[in-house]
Amino acid sequence: MIQVKNLSKQYNGITVLNIESLEIPKGQSFGLVGNNGAGKTTFFSLLLDLIQPSTGQILNNEIQVNTSEDWKPFTASFLDESFLIGYLTPEEYFYFIGDLRGQNKADVDVLLAQHEEFFNGEILKNKKYLRDLSKGNQKKVGIIATLIGNPEVIILDEPFANLDPTTVNRLKKIIKELSDNPNITILVSSHDLQHTVDVCDRIVALNKGELVKDMATSKETLQELELFFAV
Amino acid sequence: MLTKFIYLEWKSFTRSASFAQNLALKILMGFLILYFTLVFLAMGIGTFYILKEMKLEPLVTVNKFLVYYFLMDLVVRLLLQAIPVMNIRPLLTMPFKRPTIVHFSLGKTMLSFFNIVHAFFFLPFCAVSIYEGYDIISVLIWGTGLFALVYINNFLNILLNNKDSLLGIFLAITVILGGCQYYKLFDITNYVYPFFEALFHTKWAFILPVLVLVGLYFWTYNYLKGDLYLDAGLSAKNDIAKTENLTWLNQFGTLGTFLKNDIKLIKRNKRSKTTIGLSILFLFYGLIFFTANSHQPEVMKIFAGIFVSGGFLFTFGQFVPSWDSSYYQLMMTQNVPYRGYLNSKWWLIVIGTVVSTVLASFYLYFGWQVYLTVVAGAIYNIGVNSHLVLLGGAFTKTPIDLSMSKGAFGDKKSFNVNTMLLSLPKLLLPVLLYWLGSFIMNPKLGLAFVALAGVLGFMFRSSVFSLIEKIYKKEKYKTIEAYKQKQ
Repeated sequence: MIQVKNLSKQYNGITVLNIESLEIPKGQSFGLVGNNGAGKTTFFSLLLDLIQPSTGQILNNEIQVNTSEDWKPFTASFLDESFLIGYLTPEEYFYFIGDLRGQNKADVDVLLAQHEEFFNGEILKNKKYLRDLSKGNQKKVGIIATLIGNPEVIILDEPFANLDPTTVNRLKKIIKELSDNPNITILVSSHDLQHTVDVCDRIVALNKGELVKDMATSKETLQELELFFAV
Repeated sequence: MLTKFIYLEWKSFTRSASFAQNLALKILMGFLILYFTLVFLAMGIGTFYILKEMKLEPLVTVNKFLVYYFLMDLVVRLLLQAIPVMNIRPLLTMPFKRPTIVHFSLGKTMLSFFNIVHAFFFLPFCAVSIYEGYDIISVLIWGTGLFALVYINNFLNILLNNKDSLLGIFLAITVILGGCQYYKLFDITNYVYPFFEALFHTKWAFILPVLVLVGLYFWTYNYLKGDLYLDAGLSAKNDIAKTENLTWLNQFGTLGTFLKNDIKLIKRNKRSKTTIGLSILFLFYGLIFFTANSHQPEVMKIFAGIFVSGGFLFTFGQFVPSWDSSYYQLMMTQNVPYRGYLNSKWWLIVIGTVVSTVLASFYLYFGWQVYLTVVAGAIYNIGVNSHLVLLGGAFTKTPIDLSMSKGAFGDKKSFNVNTMLLSLPKLLLPVLLYWLGSFIMNPKLGLAFVALAGVLGFMFRSSVFSLIEKIYKKEKYKTIEAYKQKQ
């Protein structure tokens, strides 16, 4: 689904990301781990054409992301709060995204009803604008919004951060269900090795912009990762 | 302790966005500041002699109208002067004593531009008065009293700040008093003017405002000190949200989706609401040019025509796409064609212009010719200027903090000479066309030329849009980068 070739990004001569080759097949749930500054967000930003690569290219379903916009209809993403529109209520935000993705109000309502439990009664009909929600609740809105319109590629940057323990477990359930669907490719980044191992089929570790580990998830994965990141 | 505060202030000043601009803009800004300083100085000195010329006793006349001066000052402050409470948050847990923090914050407001600016008027006026033989002591006492009043306004603004309705009330009081005076129903100045006279003629009256000032300072001090908690004075007010579906816009497809969003943007954010208020003020701009006794050159009338209908275009359109700066990344990753996005903003500007033109129909009072000028301006705005603002938007990369109300003009951080420079071609071309038409035949032909330019612009809309779209795409990465740098 996603092919990366000779991708690199430099700022003022300093290389922050350098991936020679990476291929993510359709239907995989792909986990990206690494310390701060490892290049996780940079990689996702490149994948979403939010920054320009210094060299190389990314193909999303055979579409080169920085030359065509045709990847947008089937790709959904939530990187941070700058993906939320602060002056809307959560409902309005969901319907707005729905409108853009060709879903009518009823379609969106069905999806929202499925995730009532995840919202934990703190999101819908709460008479609050998104800007006034807590970080965790904002994140819940952003994550569920990526599911609107049956996207084939879902990109979540640090989805577990700022969530309470119960919600983390509910989110893991959602991601696992998504990864069971062979048509959905899901990319997740995290600092938390345990969570990533729990939900992903494959884990790639970045360190200072370089791809240092690439492994299919197995019983030993967590141990191996912990060893790698040990101090 | 104090040096630490001053250090912080200095850093925040030198690192504000307006200082980070390039050298050419800095120099231009310098000239602008110098220009306005000179204008105020000239006003301060000039007032004395102009009043004398008009066979009026300068001091008496000034005293008569000071009540309006201070009322307007308060209104302007309520509208524009921000209180620096938010910067207090990080200081709370540091080893500063709370009283120190409050005293410092209050002291900081005293150095605000809104107080200093009065000095430019009063100081030269006092100096000239002394030079012209008024009693030195009396003038100094009078000046002291007035400055006490300026600072009383400063603290009143802090105390009244969180009450939005007060602005309207004060404005209404000023307008009603002014109206009553104009129609000779009731003259407030008769009642207030003895007080200002007393400031000058007695040696003790000035103590009154000074005492009030000291009292207000301590009131404000206690008010802020008691409120120095995250859940009290330093809390952000949360509005009660109501979901609006605006389903009637659904019939317009993608355009409707964006219009829905833009309507909510305007309704729910302080900054955009201020913008709407300003664009209503633009409606009355023509009064300067169209009234019988204006001394403006004929050719400038079209200038007014452009402004009257273009208030919304200039105040809102100018900042497209900055309005969406806080969620620009979302827009760039969603299934949104650039054309659809730009198109909706264009329609919004067109709607704003049409509404302004309809509202401006009161200019019919000054005759058909005047209203035709406004209409010609509107056609030009829709056909040419709407495209120009969108084009300019691709290069204006100042993020907008929607929650800041006091930013439209007053905030030095968002003041942008770029946007001012971009305004020039929007205004000069129609003036030129109008002049050309008037020169060849008569002003009517001039208006026709301006309108024709608008129609031509409208006809080439499609290709102009393609061009703008291309530039937006080219600037995309730089824009995202710039919007990420929140101030």
